[in-house]
Amino acid sequence: MAKIVINQQRCKGCFLCVNFCPKGLIKKSRKLNKRGLNFAEFDPSGGCIGCAMCAVICPDCCIEVYK
Amino acid sequence: MEKKKILISGNEAIAEGALQAGCTFYAGYPITPQNELIAYMAKHMPKKGVFIQAESEPAAINMVYGAAAAGARSMTSSSSPGISLMQEGISYIAGSRLPAVIVNIMRGGPGLGNIAPAQSDYFQATRGGGHGDYHLIVLAPGSVQEAYDLTQTSFDLADKYRVPVMILGDGILGQMMEPVRLSAKKIKANTFKGWALTGCQGRKPNIVKSFFLREGALEEFNLKLQKNYELIRKKEERYEGLFLSDAKVILVAYGTMARIAKSVISQLRSAGKKVGLIRPISLWPFPQEPFNLKNKKIKYLVVEMSYGQMLEDVKLAVCGRQRIEFLGRSGGGVPSQEEMINKIKKIL
Amino acid sequence: MEKIFFRAESLYDVSTHYCPGCGHGIAHRLVAEVIDELGVREKTIGIAPVGCAVVAYDYWNFDCSEAAHGRALAVATAIKRVHPQNVVFTYQGDGDLAAIGTNETIHAANRGENLTVVFINNAVYGMTGGQMAPTTLLGQKTSTSIEGRQKEKHGYPLKISEMLALLPGVTYVERVSLQSPQEVLKAKRAIKQAFENQINNLGFSLVEVLSPCPTYWGQSPKEALDWIRDVMQKEFPLGRIK
Repeated sequence: MAKIVINQQRCKGCFLCVNFCPKGLIKKSRKLNKRGLNFAEFDPSGGCIGCAMCAVICPDCCIEVYK
Repeated sequence: MEKKKILISGNEAIAEGALQAGCTFYAGYPITPQNELIAYMAKHMPKKGVFIQAESEPAAINMVYGAAAAGARSMTSSSSPGISLMQEGISYIAGSRLPAVIVNIMRGGPGLGNIAPAQSDYFQATRGGGHGDYHLIVLAPGSVQEAYDLTQTSFDLADKYRVPVMILGDGILGQMMEPVRLSAKKIKANTFKGWALTGCQGRKPNIVKSFFLREGALEEFNLKLQKNYELIRKKEERYEGLFLSDAKVILVAYGTMARIAKSVISQLRSAGKKVGLIRPISLWPFPQEPFNLKNKKIKYLVVEMSYGQMLEDVKLAVCGRQRIEFLGRSGGGVPSQEEMINKIKKIL
Repeated sequence: MEKIFFRAESLYDVSTHYCPGCGHGIAHRLVAEVIDELGVREKTIGIAPVGCAVVAYDYWNFDCSEAAHGRALAVATAIKRVHPQNVVFTYQGDGDLAAIGTNETIHAANRGENLTVVFINNAVYGMTGGQMAPTTLLGQKTSTSIEGRQKEKHGYPLKISEMLALLPGVTYVERVSLQSPQEVLKAKRAIKQAFENQINNLGFSLVEVLSPCPTYWGQSPKEALDWIRDVMQKEFPLGRIK
């Protein structure tokens, strides 16, 4: 059992995390953050394995990983 | 304790003065006519100090920037073309509020010029020299002893005001040998500098920088600099005055030129001529006080190894109250006693 | 559940000014993590360059100095010589390290200064708007090589890491990439090695980091990573150079 927490206000919407999640659990949001950007959203129901690939590639240190 | 007297050149005296003042970091690049200085530092820098022959003048001045940021008393030396190359670094030192001592033993310019003595970097030294609104304290020794003494003063002033200080001499001063009485007191080692980079153990991180991006931040910082300069103007004017109470003609000259002026004055005085001297020792801040003379009949004669650079500061100080004459040569020419005497006789 | 990935103490909890997908954010984080892991935050002095990373000291939680464009290794040389017990590193871009600062770079390396250099190669000048850098690839279009870099006019991409590796004063040179999480982890190991070398007094260590600049490459963040993998690495092969 694992999960990630994304700092959505700090996210700049580069979506590199979306590209590198092996489970495809991160998606582009439909809502905007206070920067006016779509941000990365985590789907907690899909079986996150806590591999932290998303956090490793995030240029803005927006992702915390729990396992 | 008996003070020791030794015979050394101006260049060596500056180096010895720096070591006496606790200078523990020197970086420089060879250039004539200041090579005795770099050689002296290489030979005499104590073991725990650092001497680096840099790959260029820009590297040398930026090493001084780094050493100053690390809290060391640091110095570089060069001559005119090399000092031009250092201007960017000097501007950064001023902008980052770092204390450092920079020695310019001037030679003829512009361009590669020649290696003859000159005073033609006066504007560059006293107006800042690089980009931005800043000043260096500029001190101009007139003898080898004074070169030794003022170097020590330079380190104290640099630390006190957190500004770069320049020692401005010429090739004659640098090469000339005179006896120097060494200071007996041992200057205390680097005083603690709370802003210096030492690692942030037990405190918040220190940052040394001159970059102010936030709107209004640079103006705010520049006003602080100006306040500091105002304080320096008030406290740090230095000059020597001779026969100012009765002089009808006052020579104004600094450094080597003032030595020649002094010989002229003693000749003319013994012939009954009322001639005096103002010798600015601090070129920035330029001494205002000695020019505050009421007698409108006094005439000034500014003598330089350049074509009317200090003349502008004298004009500003005299402020139209009296007449100002000028005698200058540059590019290897040094105004002679004869030329000065002829000029004075015309004015008197 | 235990938190297994978190922000390093050496990295302030603030947002950076970098563009979306910029590699500087990753490289800053790697440096911060390495410094934390080595337990040297309170001994570290970083030198920020002039370029996009000019305000790196706003993001790093340790002592830092600015340096004029290209002069970081002169500044670092002096700081390390004054405080040999501290950990001193420079963080420089390609314009800073390999164009205007080439002289300082080569001579600090040749003196074998006991320093760590993190060299960010993104093949372009970012801060000033995407001009040609010494490392710009042949054919790469920038605002000052409009038709693409041509060897006849502009010379070749400068391989400064290979040049530095020739110098006897240099201990360690490795080229890494930020093109994928796997490569990012390798980059971190190289940066850690470069810091460990300094702590062990082994001399000059440099890690060249191929880093994406989506904005001035005219690509999406993911396309930029793929471009490093498919194009940039052909000119700048990864791995240990010395």
